[in-house]
Amino acid sequence: MVNGNPIVEGFIEAIELIIALDPQVVEITIRSLYVSLTATFFAALIALPLGALIYFYEFRGKHAVVSTLQTLYALPTVIVGLVMFLFLSNIGPFGFLRLLYTPGGMIVTQTVLIIPLLMGLTVSALSGIDRDKRYTITALGASRLQTVMTIISEARFAVMAGVLLGFGRAIAEVGSVMIVGGNIRGATRVLTTAITLNTSMANYSLSIALGIILLSVALGVNLALSLVQRR
Amino acid sequence: MRTNTTLLTAGIIAVLLILALCAGCTGTAPDGNATPNATTAPPGGANVVRIATTTSLENTGLLAELERVYENETGVDLQFISQGTGQSIDSGRRGDVDLVLVHAPDLEQQFIDDGFGINPRCIAYNYFIIVGPESDPAGIANMSPVEAFQAIYTAGTNQTAGVAFVSRGDNSGTHNQEKVLWEEAGYDYEADVLDAGAWYVEAGKGMGDTLILANEQQAYTLSDEGTYLSFADRLDLVPVVAEGAELLNRYSAIAVNPEQHAEVNAEGAADFINWLTSDETKEMIGEFGTEEFGKPLFTPLYAPECTEPPFNCTCAEPVPT
Repeated sequence: MVNGNPIVEGFIEAIELIIALDPQVVEITIRSLYVSLTATFFAALIALPLGALIYFYEFRGKHAVVSTLQTLYALPTVIVGLVMFLFLSNIGPFGFLRLLYTPGGMIVTQTVLIIPLLMGLTVSALSGIDRDKRYTITALGASRLQTVMTIISEARFAVMAGVLLGFGRAIAEVGSVMIVGGNIRGATRVLTTAITLNTSMANYSLSIALGIILLSVALGVNLALSLVQRR
Repeated sequence: MRTNTTLLTAGIIAVLLILALCAGCTGTAPDGNATPNATTAPPGGANVVRIATTTSLENTGLLAELERVYENETGVDLQFISQGTGQSIDSGRRGDVDLVLVHAPDLEQQFIDDGFGINPRCIAYNYFIIVGPESDPAGIANMSPVEAFQAIYTAGTNQTAGVAFVSRGDNSGTHNQEKVLWEEAGYDYEADVLDAGAWYVEAGKGMGDTLILANEQQAYTLSDEGTYLSFADRLDLVPVVAEGAELLNRYSAIAVNPEQHAEVNAEGAADFINWLTSDETKEMIGEFGTEEFGKPLFTPLYAPECTEPPFNCTCAEPVPT
């Protein structure tokens, strides 16, 4: 590089951008949080009850379902991006929704991305509750509904930890939001895609600033996670 | 024990409240940030115009400037999706965007002939340049573009030390131009060039990324002048070959045909094309970059010059709205 040390310079400029609350940085950060929090909310809404159903009901192929879910934890984000792109594209089956290249499309995509993770982790969270405890609850004369509710409330922290992990995966991924969102300035540009673009434009300081924010969010999630787990 | 449980419950309620608030902000956040709310935007987006465009235009910063001025003048929300020319035209074919802003005459013509593109207008041009390390290991300085490609090919396949060529490799306008140059130099792109050896590197990225990659490897690459100039202060690479009619780089705007895709914002696309071809906008394009880079990055096209070779395009007649 020609102009001195880009890492040091970039870092100093990045700190300045964050302290000065650069409007571009703030806007991208808010959008990132908005998209990923909304996606996590909807994913939790869908995945937690489904995960609980899988845990509480015995059915054929239950093992296969759980293994499939666990495999899908590692679902590559670009594949979700590709599939959702084909679905949401104007000539695709859901093209009429006009969701491609919108924040709405990104929310749907991230929701799909983390549903398997949340479902799987809900099942494990509930399985983590001691079997003896379950028998005790039943033995104490609890009805089926009461048993279910008690086990869920016992597992709530483990479930919460799963939700936080899902949020972490959603906000940190770049593959699917790039494909489905299109990285439009002022509309669908989020932290990860903005870092990609600004690095390709050699605006390293802005990339570093956004990177610091993304790391802080991840750190925040981790802190929350360890708080929840300590309980 | 009891206080502990109460604390836990309070904690859960707090987390749920935060989640609920977040759900609440789904309704309010978009307005606050001028983000169009996807679910409530009218189909086709009456005041949103979506433009698939090339990374070379985005990377120069011209698009951000055009967007700022146009949005101030009209209140229309311009949304640029930068993808490289091949993919941009494909977005147009699918009707995912309202118009394309691209630079590959052959692909453009096909897009129009297939009935997907209408009202093409050429806007501006500059030149492609072959940039490379100052030491010029393949010795191509002062050659014509075609001779230079032949010299790079020969030096590369003979494993001359320090000779490498970085290709965009992404079916962009610049990549298409590169293919044309290889063909004119007498090589079959698929058979001779693609697997010609380790000296031929495919980046698979945008123009800025490719320049940075070429700079890291001290390799030759084909770039549009605008992106090179806007990156020059971060690069050691110099323009080695910059002369030759084969290096002409023409940018055009083409609207997506509403007869193929009824949902597109045809009116918005036509208005934007007419604004692009207006004299004031062309003047602005012609001055863009002068302050920062010492020379303009693009030369606007005016009639009748644009209708004559080597341009052969329409640049002045307004698009019917």
